[in-house]
Amino acid sequence: MRHLLSAADLDHQSAVRLLDRAAQLSVVSDRAVKKLPTLRGRTIANLFFEDSTRTRLSFEAAAKRLSADVITFTAKGSSVSKGESLKDTALTLEAMGAEVIVVRHGASGAAYRLAHSDWISASVVNAGDGTHEHPTQALLDAYTIRAHLRDGLGDLTDLRIVIVGDVLHSRVARSNVLLLSTLGATVTLVAPPTLVPVGVSSWPCAVTYDFDEALADADAVMMLRVQAERMSAAYFPSVHEYSRSYGLTDRRARLLSEHAIVLHPGPMNRGMEISADVADSPRSVVVDQVANGVSVRMAVLYEVFGARAEISPEGISHV
Amino acid sequence: MTSPARVFDADDIGRVISRIAHEIIERSRGAQNLMIVGIHSRGVPLAQRIAERITVIQGAPCPVGELDVSMYRDDVALRGARPVNATHIPAHGVDGQVVVLVDDVLFSGRTVRAALDALNDIGRPASVQLAVLIDRGHRELPIRADYVGKNLPTSLTETVQVRVLEIDGVDDVLVERKASA
Repeated sequence: MRHLLSAADLDHQSAVRLLDRAAQLSVVSDRAVKKLPTLRGRTIANLFFEDSTRTRLSFEAAAKRLSADVITFTAKGSSVSKGESLKDTALTLEAMGAEVIVVRHGASGAAYRLAHSDWISASVVNAGDGTHEHPTQALLDAYTIRAHLRDGLGDLTDLRIVIVGDVLHSRVARSNVLLLSTLGATVTLVAPPTLVPVGVSSWPCAVTYDFDEALADADAVMMLRVQAERMSAAYFPSVHEYSRSYGLTDRRARLLSEHAIVLHPGPMNRGMEISADVADSPRSVVVDQVANGVSVRMAVLYEVFGARAEISPEGISHV
Repeated sequence: MTSPARVFDADDIGRVISRIAHEIIERSRGAQNLMIVGIHSRGVPLAQRIAERITVIQGAPCPVGELDVSMYRDDVALRGARPVNATHIPAHGVDGQVVVLVDDVLFSGRTVRAALDALNDIGRPASVQLAVLIDRGHRELPIRADYVGKNLPTSLTETVQVRVLEIDGVDDVLVERKASA
């Protein structure tokens, strides 16, 4: 795995291997010494053109637990505001010794461009590109679901997972559909017709507009954030109406089967896609998701650095 | 390329495990705060067998653990990512214990170096000893074993393969000349 650009880069075997590795690495967070010397002296650059709290902090924590040096770049307060391009910024980071670049960008395909343009020889990990993909989020969601419903072992065969909300603008939804179906789960998307992306029929999942119907036999419900900042048109009449049709309200939470868990990639719009009581209920695993993110990203960084040793510079770019 | 020579069979390995168990007890004067820790992957079943022998001889259970050192290796840049295995240390931890590390083959010494670092991050043992089934020489670090099953002088063009029942379905040790040599 030279780069991690899309959840589709992972086949069943490599996805399970990454989750297993993350599980072994998670033990480190319980030790007194929360550090492994594995990537000592190596440099990772966090290149964040878009705002982020947990993804950036999580990648930083993961890199530091593996003893790597981290250079963090955020677009605000940098020369991007003077008009510096993605290419020049990446060249700058590589010139400072970055071997792996973790990139978040508002444009879909930015990570792919960086990885396949011959600008740089560093490996690229996609930390979210526009409305396209966010593969490490999908990995940490799969890890969290596996930990709660499969005792942390194997894959997700026969689990029914419902992803609800603003699918159109969600990179989390796309990466999750790809990864969860690779791992054997049955995925159903629930969204208002205006927030279902074009071409969804080619995705490995079912689509429905009826949340109540999808809830009944769900093992896990993943609520998506309504991304007001990406919305250029009126996709639904009002917050209240959205919440009533597609929000995980207290009433809907009571329809869930006893073992079902609730996920949210954060940040949550409490009262909109998820009610405050559900967000704080025992079935909510939002805080676990954040903790698991560090272990999963450690596994990804280890894998990507390992691949730099295994293949020649002109070698294969995917798993 | 010649066919592999079998230097140990299952009975030889059984006798060596038994002797090492006795030596460990002798040196530790009764195995009070002893802990046997196997290094992944083939050190783990060997450690379990040694601990079982000590338990039988002493009549008191001997704690056994397993240690994964892949995250402590110095060759991630050269050899790539390796599978990460579980590290299990008995609940009371390694602090103040006499830890006997167990591995199948002692070669460059780099695995043992990594294991010492890994152990250091887990706690502070009273002392650390090393038991190996085969010592094949060619050390690259100032490391030696306290308990050795067999000293096996080898050339660098040979490979030494320890096979254990739990992983390979058979107990033996093979020496083979590398195909490329």
